Amino acid sequence: MSKKNKQSLTLADPALLKEAIANSFVKLNPTELIRNPVMFTVGVVSVLSTYLTVWGNGAGEHFAVNLQITIWLWFTVLFGNFAEAVAEGRGKAQADSLRKTKTETMAKKVTSLEDVNFELVPATELRRGDLVMVQPGDVIPGDGDVVKGIATVDESSITGESAPVIRESGGDRSAVTGGTRIVSDGAVVQIGVNPGESFLDRMIGLVEGAKRQKTPNEIALNVLLVGLTLIFLIVCTTLQGFAAYSGKMVPVIYLVALLITLIPTTIGGLLSAIGIAGMDRLVTFNVIAKSGRAVEAAGDIDVLLLDKTGTITFGNRMASEFIPAPGIEESYLAEAAMLSSLADETPEGKSIVRLAEDRFGFKAAERRKDGMTFIPFTASTRMSGVDYDAISIRKGAPDSILYLCGTSGSTQVIKAIETVAKTGGTPLLVARDKQVLGVVHLKDIVKPGIHERFMQLRRMGIRTVMITGDNPMTAAAIAAESGVDDFLAEATPEKKLELIRRYQAEGRLVSMCGDGSNDAPALAQSDVGVAMNTGTMAAREAGNMIDLDSDPTKLIEIVMIGKQLLMSRGALTTFSIANDVAKYFAIIPALFTGIFPSMQRLNLMHLGSPESAILSAIIFNALILIALVPLALAGVKYRPGSASSVLQRNLLVYGVGGVVTPFVCIKLIDMLVSSFMGV
Amino acid sequence: MSEFDIYQLLLFVFILAVVMIPLGYYMARIFQGERVWLSPLVRPAERAFYALSGIKADGQMNWRGYLLAAVVFNLVGMLFLMLILMFQDLLPLNPQHFAGTPWHLAFNVAVSFMTNTNWQSYAGESTLSPLSQMVGLTVQNFMSSATGLAVAVAVIRSFTQRENPNLGNFYVDVTRVTLYVKLPLAIIFAVFLLWQGVPQTFNTSVTATTLEGAQQTIAVGPVASQIAIKMLGSNGGGYFNANGAHPFENPTGLSDFVQLVSILLLPISFVVTFGFMIRDKRQAWALLVSMTLMFVIGFVICYVAEANGSHVLDALGVDQHISNANIGGNLEGKEVRFGIMNSTLWATATSATSNGSVNSMFDSYTALGGLVPLFNLLLGEVIYGGVGCGLYGIIIYALITVFIAGLMVGRTPEYLGKKIEAKEVKWAIVAQLLYPVTVLGGGMLALILPDSVSSLSASGPHGLTQMLYAYASAAANNGSAFGGLSANTLYQNVALGIVMLVGRFGVIVPILAIAGSLASKKIIPVSNGTFPTHGGMFVVLLTAVILMFGGLTYFPVIALGPIAEHLSQLSQSVM
Repeated sequence: MSKKNKQSLTLADPALLKEAIANSFVKLNPTELIRNPVMFTVGVVSVLSTYLTVWGNGAGEHFAVNLQITIWLWFTVLFGNFAEAVAEGRGKAQADSLRKTKTETMAKKVTSLEDVNFELVPATELRRGDLVMVQPGDVIPGDGDVVKGIATVDESSITGESAPVIRESGGDRSAVTGGTRIVSDGAVVQIGVNPGESFLDRMIGLVEGAKRQKTPNEIALNVLLVGLTLIFLIVCTTLQGFAAYSGKMVPVIYLVALLITLIPTTIGGLLSAIGIAGMDRLVTFNVIAKSGRAVEAAGDIDVLLLDKTGTITFGNRMASEFIPAPGIEESYLAEAAMLSSLADETPEGKSIVRLAEDRFGFKAAERRKDGMTFIPFTASTRMSGVDYDAISIRKGAPDSILYLCGTSGSTQVIKAIETVAKTGGTPLLVARDKQVLGVVHLKDIVKPGIHERFMQLRRMGIRTVMITGDNPMTAAAIAAESGVDDFLAEATPEKKLELIRRYQAEGRLVSMCGDGSNDAPALAQSDVGVAMNTGTMAAREAGNMIDLDSDPTKLIEIVMIGKQLLMSRGALTTFSIANDVAKYFAIIPALFTGIFPSMQRLNLMHLGSPESAILSAIIFNALILIALVPLALAGVKYRPGSASSVLQRNLLVYGVGGVVTPFVCIKLIDMLVSSFMGV
Repeated sequence: MSEFDIYQLLLFVFILAVVMIPLGYYMARIFQGERVWLSPLVRPAERAFYALSGIKADGQMNWRGYLLAAVVFNLVGMLFLMLILMFQDLLPLNPQHFAGTPWHLAFNVAVSFMTNTNWQSYAGESTLSPLSQMVGLTVQNFMSSATGLAVAVAVIRSFTQRENPNLGNFYVDVTRVTLYVKLPLAIIFAVFLLWQGVPQTFNTSVTATTLEGAQQTIAVGPVASQIAIKMLGSNGGGYFNANGAHPFENPTGLSDFVQLVSILLLPISFVVTFGFMIRDKRQAWALLVSMTLMFVIGFVICYVAEANGSHVLDALGVDQHISNANIGGNLEGKEVRFGIMNSTLWATATSATSNGSVNSMFDSYTALGGLVPLFNLLLGEVIYGGVGCGLYGIIIYALITVFIAGLMVGRTPEYLGKKIEAKEVKWAIVAQLLYPVTVLGGGMLALILPDSVSSLSASGPHGLTQMLYAYASAAANNGSAFGGLSANTLYQNVALGIVMLVGRFGVIVPILAIAGSLASKKIIPVSNGTFPTHGGMFVVLLTAVILMFGGLTYFPVIALGPIAEHLSQLSQSVM
């Protein structure tokens, strides 16, 4: 996994907990509670049971037991509120750190690109399309595009990366983010968003939870939970009638306890915490999502379009092999290649030096002497090299070097050049005093571990497609080496868009990342489009997530986070429903032993008394909610694998575990409760 | 089990296994509008129907259109039947001069036969004229089961449609079901029953001299034709009150065996049809295995409970041990000629498939033995279920299973390539919710209203079971009776009538709404990340979800009924 944000918080932060506890009570407000129908039901029922305990018919009779049941009902509501409050608190902490970058700034508004006289206005008054001038030391007042000039920008406030980046008009590096600081030079920025609509604003809204809109799956799950609640409401209310027919009504407060233990309070109380925590996890990965829907969709992705450069390969070609010409020692070739690259600061040049050192133990630094004349690479000569002691070494494009040497090259050399090209590499020729020494193989190096990564994705049912501007031959070679499922060579924005549409027509969900303006249509078309923070405003507008680190490999993490979010909901729902079995076996015999003494046989757990049985069930129900808060916040552990294997593991843990756990826990609680009651 | 029982059971399974595939394939071809071997014979009649009624055979309906057609078609049939019953005294073919039925009985019977419930709160042979039975009931026997099949076919189509909301044409589907499937099978079956000795006559009674020399008048009538469709269409409404236990409805061991096969024949074959129509037979096998698993569990419990005999008979010193020489088991309320195996197998099958015919009286079953048919009903008729309705019933469960478990694989749940989202979950829950509302709500009211409770023959847990069974049977559109309840009262006729209506359309409306939504969706190709809905894991999950839903919803009330009865018997026998 890539680096995490420093401000990831622990659950045990005391200030956070204190605030969460206070908020648990604030959230008892019915207008807020009703957003969560399951917990609202618990709230209503708690009020009812409070009334019954204190003023109800025969209130004094079993006052102690009734009071305890009532207290635990209230605890259930509060614990549910607490779960949400903790998640929101952590979100808020995240949001605050995001918001720090949004300190109130004054903007230098100009009327045209040529305007040199600016008007000072508060940043909050800037509208989309406004032009502002930024100079060294200024904080950029809002998200936008550089339309004139060039500037180095310190973006550490949002990315955590200390090295400044260059932003210039035109091209794909024009977007700037509000809150970042100009280090040098100056530019005119066109503001791209209205106040309150910037990416940061949206993200703050998402993690704070207040304005959080429910995602489609969350809505569907909520419907299921409401349905279950209604079913159990029917079960419990009609039960009084059946009991009346059977001979004796049961105390209403016991039915209330039965209802609350049966309805899915565990998942109901944790649902919004899971959602907020999912968003939060994304932010700790330095990814900003524009909507919760996008995060959820990430879990459904079945095609990943990955740019070759930077994602699958390191992006820079590196020397991987020396192929000497006939009659030349390999070390001789390597030495010449190294000497010619001593002053070459390009990654390719450095890699040649490193390879020579690694292979033959040369000490490059010691070989550098005064009197060496380095000839830099130019586009016209297409070669670079060194002259010293009347020796002249050159390395460069094969045809240039051959021309320099005045030869057409031996067959072996020509063959080596072709072989390198065929495998997707770039051949360099090295010549000493116009004698061809051999070929240096510059290779697109596939990142280590990427092959395993793709295997993993394949097992998860996700297809990977490499996008590259290379010719098909080169692309095929890299594709084969990295293990992607498919590739798109000589990619153009149109081809990319068409590929996405084709996959979508087959019913697949496609995710991609991109940065350039020409990526914008494809980003908009894809189901999950991740724009790089370095990209243009257009690209950032079109995508539904922005990666602040501009790291394309993160697409894979984003998919995992989406899946984890859905899994956490499913696992806790299963657990919640599975719990009901044990609760029935605790409460039903307790309710009806009075009518049918033989019902005691259903008391499988041998709970002490009817009162202790009911109390234990309701205590378990409240405690399990609070016990699962850490799991809800951290998310269910996700180990990549096929759907079947993931399901099997989760079913075992949360399904079977959900049936067994309450039997054990309720029994233990009952032993405690009974011993107190005995006293 | 006696050796004979075992051979018979094996033969039973063998016949069903052999017949279901060709029959399923045959039905799939019919619903896809393809040619079958009956086409040359039936096609002209089919065309004539469309021409006469002005149906455009290629006219497509979306879910609302399909639902509207189904509702109108059924309501018209119901009103027509009500009128026949209320005015049968004015109509021909009423040699016994039965009076017109009261409105509430007519309502109850009309709803009952229109909804494929075939609950009978009256004794057929002493209440209804042959015309009422033939033109009224038998016609609805055909129409109600055809409706169920048509709706199920529309649901299946929704899985193969790609972003196209059309579900087919209701009228065409009903016509084809009737002409190509129901009629030919019913004719063959009726002739078979005639051969076995089931009467088919316009005479109303025969007189027999009993062994004691007394004269006994036994009602007869056009029985064979009604019995044939009653069994095939999972209707279950008999000509006689005693249903399949009556020697004229079920005269021989062979007729009993064939009728048993016919209860399961179409419900099972239709699951195979599903596999053919969605072009993925593995999905059908998964549903079928899950159904069979629950069926076998139910049958084993029921058989063992009954074969162990009743403690009352034990106390009387009756030898209840089963052997080749002794029929044995709890024979109270069972035909000696059928014995425990045939009675319990029929009981399990009839309650699992929404058939509702009986050849033994559940009221006399042991508490646990009687719990099996009751629980089958409470699950909502998905263990094979009624013709068509069983399939769409289990699909609702499958959607819920896929939704809960599907989330656990970290993807938006999908079933057969269709995404299951809020809309589908909402309608699935509506269907799941209406059922307990009617069963528990209706059952509870019936148990606390003095007018209603007085209809019960028993009190205590057994009385609760009798009443609960009646409401479950009505809601599940099963129609079998536990017995012991005098149901032909104003209250029960109206209340059960309403429950039957909700039980029928409370599922048809949601499932068609789901079908409409699914049909408009894309089909997502299967990948490694898809939750597989055909393997053993899905079978276990689906079965678990069905049993959990049923168990969690009904455990408290079952505890007060059969379980309380069983436990108190246990305590007594220990003492």
